[in-house]
Amino acid sequence: MTAPLHEPTAEAAPSAADEAAVAAAGTKAVQGRSLGRIAWERLKRDKLALTGGIVVLLLIVVALLAPLITKLVGQDPNAYNESMIDPLFGTPKGSLGGISGDHLLGVEPVSGRDIFARIVYGAQISLLVGFLSAVVAVVLGTVLGILAGFFGGWVDSVISRVMDGLLAFPQLLFIIALVSVMPNQMLGLSGTGVRVFVMILVIGFFGWPYIGRVVRGQTLSLREREYVEAARSLGAGQLYILFKELLPNLVAPIIVYSTMMIPTNILTEAALSFLGVGVKPPTASWGQMLSNAIDYYDSDPMYMVVPGVAIFITVLAFNLFGDGVRDALDPKGSR
Amino acid sequence: MTTQRTSGRRKQALAAAAVVAGLLTTAACGGGDSDGSKNGAAGFDAANNKVAQASLAKKGGTLKFGGAQDADSWDTTRGYYGFAWNFMRYYSRQLVTNKTSAGADGAKVTPDLATGLAKITDGGKTYTYTLRDGVTWEDGKPITSKDVKYGIERVWAQDVLSGGPTYLKDFLDPDGKYQGPYKDKSADHLGLKAIDTPDDKTIVFHLPKANADFEEVLALTSASPVRQDKDTKAKYTLHPFSSGPYKFASYSPGKDLTLVRNDAWKQSSDPVRKAYPDKITVKFFSNANDLDQRLINGDIDLDLNQTGMSPQGRTVALKQHKGNLDNPVSGYIRYAVFPQSVKPFDNVHCRNAVIYGADHVSLQTARGGPVAGGDIGTNMLPPSVPGAEGQKYDPFQIAGANKNGNAAKAKEELKACGKADGFSTTIAVRNNKPVEVATAQSLQASLAKVGIKAEIDQYDGSQTPGIIGSPSNVKKKGYGIIIMGWGPDFPTVQGFGLPLWDSKYISQSGNNNYALIKDKKIDGLFDQYVNTLDAGKKTEIATEINHKVMEGGYYLPFTFEKFINWRSDRLANVYTTDAYSGMYDFVNLGLKSSK
Repeated sequence: MTAPLHEPTAEAAPSAADEAAVAAAGTKAVQGRSLGRIAWERLKRDKLALTGGIVVLLLIVVALLAPLITKLVGQDPNAYNESMIDPLFGTPKGSLGGISGDHLLGVEPVSGRDIFARIVYGAQISLLVGFLSAVVAVVLGTVLGILAGFFGGWVDSVISRVMDGLLAFPQLLFIIALVSVMPNQMLGLSGTGVRVFVMILVIGFFGWPYIGRVVRGQTLSLREREYVEAARSLGAGQLYILFKELLPNLVAPIIVYSTMMIPTNILTEAALSFLGVGVKPPTASWGQMLSNAIDYYDSDPMYMVVPGVAIFITVLAFNLFGDGVRDALDPKGSR
Repeated sequence: MTTQRTSGRRKQALAAAAVVAGLLTTAACGGGDSDGSKNGAAGFDAANNKVAQASLAKKGGTLKFGGAQDADSWDTTRGYYGFAWNFMRYYSRQLVTNKTSAGADGAKVTPDLATGLAKITDGGKTYTYTLRDGVTWEDGKPITSKDVKYGIERVWAQDVLSGGPTYLKDFLDPDGKYQGPYKDKSADHLGLKAIDTPDDKTIVFHLPKANADFEEVLALTSASPVRQDKDTKAKYTLHPFSSGPYKFASYSPGKDLTLVRNDAWKQSSDPVRKAYPDKITVKFFSNANDLDQRLINGDIDLDLNQTGMSPQGRTVALKQHKGNLDNPVSGYIRYAVFPQSVKPFDNVHCRNAVIYGADHVSLQTARGGPVAGGDIGTNMLPPSVPGAEGQKYDPFQIAGANKNGNAAKAKEELKACGKADGFSTTIAVRNNKPVEVATAQSLQASLAKVGIKAEIDQYDGSQTPGIIGSPSNVKKKGYGIIIMGWGPDFPTVQGFGLPLWDSKYISQSGNNNYALIKDKKIDGLFDQYVNTLDAGKKTEIATEINHKVMEGGYYLPFTFEKFINWRSDRLANVYTTDAYSGMYDFVNLGLKSSK
């Protein structure tokens, strides 16, 4: 097809709806609105996305204030409460996994640790790993993607092949192998700190090609655009073009992809903890709780339900929010 | 013996039985504990240290085993799993074997191929046996003393036949002069000097040094006869040539195993085995929960591995089928041990601080609670070993005043150790044992309260001998606390404690003396024990060794382990035996109906 007739999708030109809105405003002075502002207007109208966003915010607050919240309910995530456990079966006394006024979500089998406190602390790990690994992936993906797209040639070939290789790499197996040979102390971190650090790095490292491909594709189409030509003919340097002309126009897809990446990373962290290569005990993690719950799915189903629901809600909230952000930034984008 | 290798026996069961009975009244929640109907289950603990429904056993039928794990080897020389030793009695006979009776009596040694127990002469250095008439192989040929000698010689061929217990080799040829039958230059490959076979019916053992437990070791299945022309070396596990009432019909490792009657075996030649069923099948499952479900459904009669039901099946069974369960003591002690090479555990006060700081009830709960886990362990001699005192000997008040931990006492010990503010250390635990990981977490939580900060390192459980069995690695990794378990190969202080506590047994790999105990008194007591033939004196020495070990504060015992095993409604003549760590005695199980 012929290129000039077609608007590239990521240009995020004002949508038909907005144009209509502007038209409806009639004689009102046409005001220039920034991309962010337009997107925000659209997002505000998307109830589902807003709900997702509020839940995400809430989760972040919970994770940040975990010590305060657990203090308020008077429970320590690592304190054992044997009195709550039936010694014969090792399961919590009382119905629904020992849910009571003291233990809002019941207690763990065998140890009697408070599940609410552990869920709250578990949010810290999930969000920390989810966010930071997304940051690692976005930084790597953006820089390498933009370089590949802009310079083309051998740079593009090398980076693209590396991305292909990484996408084909069995990352879960690699992390399992890596974690088991990791030292206990590293860079001033120890125990759980090392594990979290390694998880963030590795999940982020294996995540960048996804975002790298998108950025490269967008760059390829953007660099042929007239405004880039114009900048170039005015004598702008390559760095200037890269960061002042191209990058701002890549912000939309980058934001969309990073919001979609966070829930995937949270799931990966849960999977790793489930497999026993995540955080170290006694640090609480949702995946680890799920893994422990397997032995009690019959006698204490609540123990499995609670972390399961926590993961479900978190991932769903991020996905809804991410979808909303994408629709807002890129209404013509295909679902 | 390592944890997987469940074997061992115990003698003193009365105390344990009383505790079980006590628990029944407090912890029972429904389920029929009556003696049981003729067609139904015999009742909870009906076969624990006593025989259940003996008179209901009929000849014939198919006895169905299920297992989550195949034997390490069915070769009598190579197997080390306790259940494998137990099962081997179906197709192998020994000069002497364990009595086929319930509880402590089952751990006693009784003649099998031999006409009587050993004639011991030369101050305990010479053992003479005479073979019974009419004992035959599965092809009808007679079993000779040379077959017995050859079977025992195979223990020396560790390069080809690794894995089994090597006590015979250690006792008969401690310097390792004999090369084993496969490298034997003599024409009949019977060059081992320590055993004489003057004729086909007589066998004489010459020990270089007396050992009070020699006959116990001869009762292990590793002393079974093997016929030279049927020895397929490493492949022998696929079809061991039978000397017992059953023979291999088919075996696919990890899938199934079928034994059928050995028609050449004559009841009149065997005072031990009853051989009730016509056929014995074993089916292997990859998932323990799956196996438990099949047991509860009645598709399978009993668990081959006899390591207790998993938490899921256990809960269902305890709630709905209590009459099908037994709750025997396993002979294992579960414990934490403190390597003295790792600071500050070189100081006895720091070791004591951990013992006092631990919450013993929490550790017991992590092990499965009083029924599925066992009673709180208070010292390091399992109840099955003569000389054990059970919970009566409790120097740290572990099951008494300090059972929930004694922070004040722990702080005092920390001060005496010069670490008033506590210290940091690492707990090493196998990653493939969820229950052990749970105990490590419990210990971590209670130690945090007295200022001891413990990091948990879950290492690859399949690499145990190379990781915690290497003192240099333990020191390098700073493993101040190691979580382990140990059970006796045979129920004496030597069969349990020698590799754990004797300084001669410290080795650079596969070490089991994790605490690196170098106590001349303990070493001396072991030397004295081996030369003592009087049973009463042996018991005294065992007690003394246990006291010395506890006084050193090397160990924090968790539980005297117990487990919960399933027996189907179809089974008759069922009983647990101390010969095999509280497992059911397989060889004389019968069925109520021949169908």
